[in-house]
Amino acid sequence: MILQAIAFWVFASITVAAAVMVISAKNPVHSVLFLILAFFNAAGLFVLLGAEFLAMILIVVYVGAVAVLFLFVVMMLDINFAELRQGFLQYLPIGLLVGLVLLVELAVVVGGWVISTDATARATAKMPAVDQVPNTDALGQLIFTHYLYLFQGAGLVLLVAMIGAIVLTHRSRPGVRKQNISDQLARDPKETIEIRKVQSGSGI
Amino acid sequence: MPVAAFPDLIPAIPEIYLAVSAMILLMLGVYSTGKQTVRTVSYLSTAALFFAIPLTVMVTDGRMVTFGGLFVTDSFAVYAKILVLVSAGAAIVMAQDYLERQDIARFEFPVLVVLASLGMLMMISANDLMSLYLGLELQSLALYVIASFQRDSIRSAEAGLKYFVLGALASGILLYGMSLIYGFAGTTNFDSLAEVFKAVNGTEPHLGVIVGIVFIIAGLAFKVSAVPFHMWTPDVYEGAPTPVTALFAVAPKIAAMALFARVLVGPFGDLAGEWQQIIIFISIASMALGAFAAINQNNIKRLMAYSSIGHMGYALIGLAAAGSAVSAEVRAAGIQGLLIYLAIYMFMNIGTFACILLMRRQGRMLEGIDDLAGLSKSNPVMAMVLAVFMFSMAGIPPLAGFFGKFYIFAAAIEADLFALAIIGVLASVVAAFYYLRIIKVMYFDSSEEEFDRPVSRDMKSILVITGVVVILFFIYPDPVLNGAELATSALFPQ
Repeated sequence: MILQAIAFWVFASITVAAAVMVISAKNPVHSVLFLILAFFNAAGLFVLLGAEFLAMILIVVYVGAVAVLFLFVVMMLDINFAELRQGFLQYLPIGLLVGLVLLVELAVVVGGWVISTDATARATAKMPAVDQVPNTDALGQLIFTHYLYLFQGAGLVLLVAMIGAIVLTHRSRPGVRKQNISDQLARDPKETIEIRKVQSGSGI
Repeated sequence: MPVAAFPDLIPAIPEIYLAVSAMILLMLGVYSTGKQTVRTVSYLSTAALFFAIPLTVMVTDGRMVTFGGLFVTDSFAVYAKILVLVSAGAAIVMAQDYLERQDIARFEFPVLVVLASLGMLMMISANDLMSLYLGLELQSLALYVIASFQRDSIRSAEAGLKYFVLGALASGILLYGMSLIYGFAGTTNFDSLAEVFKAVNGTEPHLGVIVGIVFIIAGLAFKVSAVPFHMWTPDVYEGAPTPVTALFAVAPKIAAMALFARVLVGPFGDLAGEWQQIIIFISIASMALGAFAAINQNNIKRLMAYSSIGHMGYALIGLAAAGSAVSAEVRAAGIQGLLIYLAIYMFMNIGTFACILLMRRQGRMLEGIDDLAGLSKSNPVMAMVLAVFMFSMAGIPPLAGFFGKFYIFAAAIEADLFALAIIGVLASVVAAFYYLRIIKVMYFDSSEEEFDRPVSRDMKSILVITGVVVILFFIYPDPVLNGAELATSALFPQ
C-alpha cells in the first residue's frame, strides 16, 4: 500500500507542477513539453486507479497525436507570445475578480444541488461489473454493444465531416500532371521507340 | 465471455437503408466520370428518399424500441418522417436545374441532402438524449456544408459560417442542459427520465432540473429558429443558394419540431408546468417578430425567413397547448394541431420556393419582391399559383393555411390559453399585410420584363402538386387529419 501511496503522490505532484509550468513557461515549446509531461503523469494516475486502457489511450492519443500537433503548430506559426502576454498584470485584478465571482456561484450551485436518490444506480446499470471484466473489455462492451447505435451514428457524422471538407476545399485544377501507372504500363515500345539503322560515319 | 444478443434491426431499417444508399451514391459519384453523373446521382437520391417512405410505413408496427432503448419508432415518428422525406426529396428535385445554371452542380449535394435527412430521421426516432444529439449533429453538419455550397459566393460562405458558429453554440447549450439532466437523474433514456420525473411530480422539481430543461429548450428553439434564438435565420436564408433555403425552411424545422414535441411531452411531460410558460413566451415572441420584421423586407428570401419564424411561432402554440393541465384530450389536441400545421406548412413553403426559383431573367436569379411586378400579365399561371400560396400563408379560407391555424387556435382555446390565441390571430392579421403586398405587386404594379421560360417539367409538377394540395385541402383533409390523430395517439398512450 505504501508503494501505491508514494506513487500517487509522485504522479500527482508532478502533474500539478507540470500543469503550472504549462501556463507559466516563457517559451511556448517548453509549454508543450511540460504538457506532455503532465499527460504522462496523469496516465500514471489512471494506472493506479486500475484504468489501464484510459492510461494507454491518453498516451497514444494525447501525447502521440495532439501534443505533437501542438508542437508543430507552435513551431510553425510565427506568433509573438511575449506580445500576447503584455498587459497580463494590468488585467490580472479584473480576471481574478471574475474568477472569484464564478467560484462563488459554482459553490452556491453545487451547495444547492440535489441528485435523484437512485441516480447512481441508474447511471451504473449498463456498466459491466468492474471486478469481473477487465476495463478494456468493459469499455468495448459499452461502446460496441450497448451503444452500437451511437457508435455508428458518430461514424456517419465523421463521414459527413470528411465529405464536407472535400466539397468546400477541393478544386480540380487543369494542367496538373499526375502519375498514371496503368497508362505507363500500357505503353508499347513500338509506338514510343523508333529503331533506325545508322550508317557508321554519317548522322541521321 | 458471453456473446451479447444482436440488436433488433427491423425498426431501424429505413435509417440503415438511407445510410447505405448515401454511401453507395457517394461511391457512384466518385467513381463514375460521365457527364450525366450529377444528374444520375441526383435522381437516384430523390428515388432513395421517396422509397424510404413506404419502407418507414411498412416497418413500423405499434411502438418499437431497439438498440437498448436508444431508438424508437412509432406512428408519431412515421408521420414526421414522411414529411421530412417528402420535403428533402422535393428540395433535391428543385435544386437540380438551379445548381446546373449556377455552375455548382456536384454530386455531393444530393448525397449530403440524403445524409442530412438521415440525421433528421434519427432525431425523430431518438429515445435518448444521446441519440437525439447525434441525430441533430449529423443533420446540422450536413446542412452547414450545403449552406456554403456556392463556395465562390461570399454571401453563401458567410451563411455557412454563421450557421456553423451559431449552431455550434446552440449544440453547446443543448449539451449543457442534457448534462444537468443526466447529473440529476442518472439516465439519459426518455422512458427512464419520464419515470424519474413522475416520481418527483407533486413536489417542486429541483432547480438543476429546471435549468437543464431551460437549456434544452433553448438549444432546440435555435434549431426551429424561434425568437430569441432566430438571429441566424434571415442571413442564412438570404445567403444560402435558393434550393438550400427551400430545404432549410422545411425539413429541419419539421424534424426539430417533432423532436421538440417528443422531448417535452415524453420525458418532461410531468413537468409541463415548468416548460409551458417558456413555450408560450417564445411562441408569442416569434409570432410578433415574424409579423413585424417582415414588413420592411425587399428580398423575398429574407421575407420567407421572417415568415418561417412567424409560422414556427404558430406551431409552438400547439406545443404550449400540449403542456396544458386541463386534460389529456386537450394536450393531444395541441400536438395534433402542431402536426397538421407542419404538414400544411411544408406544402405551402415548397410551393412558394418553387415559385422563387422560377424568378429568373436572362439566366440571372432574382430575389427582389419588386421583380415580381406585372407577373399577372407576363405569366398569369405562375402569378395565380404564387397568389394562392400567399393567401394560404396569410390564412385566408378555404385554403389549407387557414385550417392549419384553425386547429392550432382551437387547441389553444381548449387549453384555456385565450391570450395566446388572441395574440396569434392579431399577429396573423399583421402578417397578412406583407403576404398581400406580394399579390399587390404581382397584379397591380406595371410590368418590366418577363421571367425566363420554359419552366422545367419537374418544377411544373411540384407547383401543380403543392398548389392542388393547398387549394383542395378543405375537400379531402382526411389523410392529414387521420395521420396526425394516429401520430398523436403514439405520444399519449392510453
